[in-house]
Amino acid sequence: MIGSGLQRQSSAPRRRRSQWRGLAYIAPAMALVIVFFIMPVIFTGWMSLHNWPLMGASRWIGFNNYFRMYNDGRFMTALNFTAYYTVIVTVAIFVVAFPLAVFVEKERQFVSAYRTIIFLPVVVGLATASLLWVWLANVDSGFIGPALKGLGLVEKSPNLLATFDTAFLTVVVMVVWKIAGFTMIILLTGLQAIPAELTEAARIDGAGRWQRFVHLTLPLMRKTIALALIVSVTGSVLAFDQFYIMTAGGPQNKMISVVYYIFNQSFVSFNLGYGAALSIVLLAILVAISIIQLWLLRVGEDRP
Amino acid sequence: MISAKERRARKRLRSKSAYHLTGIAIAIFFLAPFAVTLLASFRHGTEASLPPLPPWPTTGVSFDSYRLLDTFGAGIWRHMVNSLLVSLATVVLTVVVSLLAGYGFSRYRFPLKNVLFVLIIMTLMIPFQSILTPLFIILAKLGLNNSLLGLTLVYVTLQLPFSVFMMRNAFDAVPKEIEEAARIDGARDLKLLVRVLLPLVLPGVATVAIFAFLNAWNEFLAALVLLSSNEKYTLPVLMTAVRAGRLGAINWGAVQAGVVVMTIPCLIVFLLLQRYYMRGLMAGAVK
Repeated sequence: MIGSGLQRQSSAPRRRRSQWRGLAYIAPAMALVIVFFIMPVIFTGWMSLHNWPLMGASRWIGFNNYFRMYNDGRFMTALNFTAYYTVIVTVAIFVVAFPLAVFVEKERQFVSAYRTIIFLPVVVGLATASLLWVWLANVDSGFIGPALKGLGLVEKSPNLLATFDTAFLTVVVMVVWKIAGFTMIILLTGLQAIPAELTEAARIDGAGRWQRFVHLTLPLMRKTIALALIVSVTGSVLAFDQFYIMTAGGPQNKMISVVYYIFNQSFVSFNLGYGAALSIVLLAILVAISIIQLWLLRVGEDRP
Repeated sequence: MISAKERRARKRLRSKSAYHLTGIAIAIFFLAPFAVTLLASFRHGTEASLPPLPPWPTTGVSFDSYRLLDTFGAGIWRHMVNSLLVSLATVVLTVVVSLLAGYGFSRYRFPLKNVLFVLIIMTLMIPFQSILTPLFIILAKLGLNNSLLGLTLVYVTLQLPFSVFMMRNAFDAVPKEIEEAARIDGARDLKLLVRVLLPLVLPGVATVAIFAFLNAWNEFLAALVLLSSNEKYTLPVLMTAVRAGRLGAINWGAVQAGVVVMTIPCLIVFLLLQRYYMRGLMAGAVK
């Protein structure tokens, strides 16, 4: 193939041709994004202004779908529940993941094995994890109840998924088990980025372990913590699999998240227009979270 | 009489054993659910509905639960093939599309380049859960409703922001001189991309492929909404139907076996390709 190149071209046509080439390379990606992303986003807004049944004609109803939400007690319940879940799960994940990150920070024997084991549930699907835990928590042939009984902690194997509190706790434990490894790895990167000299200097200045953590580690990890926080919050706001699979929204329909409610409206009751309007609200919530995220990260950057 | 040196050594040993005892306790918490399910899935059919203590088979190893899994829906093989088809097709398409796009964004100048790049990255800000309703209708209009191809295209689109970003960075890291030398040798366009550049960005490709596989294999909500007939179900949708008792009485043995079937590919892919997975995680987190 040597020597077949090297024809001279004037630079202007070459640049124009290269423009088309560049566009050709990104064309498949753009086509997918337009058809399966941008169009649906615009279409969501359009649908939300309609009464849109699965069969039959759709009818323009302006903002009525949005007004409808105010009087929709079940939506308000779902919104409250999702907010409650998001707060609890995020706190729980941090309470577990931070000590874990500290635990696996230093290089020592078996530490990479610990890291890998803690991380394993992250690569398994949320649906898979939910199925796994719904069996573990099952009253008859599950594992947790009989194990608690076997250890003498309870007298009778409890039906964990029957009451709101225990079902909620089960879901939270499952999610922490599934996600903590991910948060741990993010926090670990932050911890390892702290220069050892700084910690050493603080130690020499007489700062205790706790003082070093509060006055040195935490401020230096602000950006990392903000990032981990946002990942956890966004994930929790979008929660669906665990409630659908583990409790089917129960007990007493108290565990229906926003996405679950949208799913019910769109694909169970077939109020597609109302489902779209709810989606727009969800989107607005997430955009607000993204803005807060950018702001948090910016604030983090100002620090030396 | 204990010397100071000895005392220090003992203290170190104590703290070391405390560390590893904690480590073992933590490891048990994270591993036990997997282990218990795996063991329980090999119990005899009659044992499956009994209390699970001990969780391992007491009357010999049996594949009853796995055989039973085959009686649900269109049979376990069919659903496994569905899941595999969707996941592997997602991997191939994602790699091809993001390789081309990454190359285009890294090496060419064209109008609106930055706008288009941001448009692709923006997909990340808007979660697909909020566009599922219109996706359902658009796929129906395209004649792709209830089809594995339609689901695959949706999955590929969901992978694009991460993958295109990853591939653009991979191409950015390849020195321009290599490309110029290859051009002088007469390699052009796709040939240049496949023969010369692809081997250099292979780690990026591996990362993109792992994430595409795991995400497609594990995805549940879109599959639940977009697939409507039994024989099209991917594994998570099938297993939810089993768990909900929609395909007959709930059989917990079948649920355990299904969980094992869904878990193993994820663990294998992760353990074999951990390095690339972590690379992707860091790139994703820093972004």
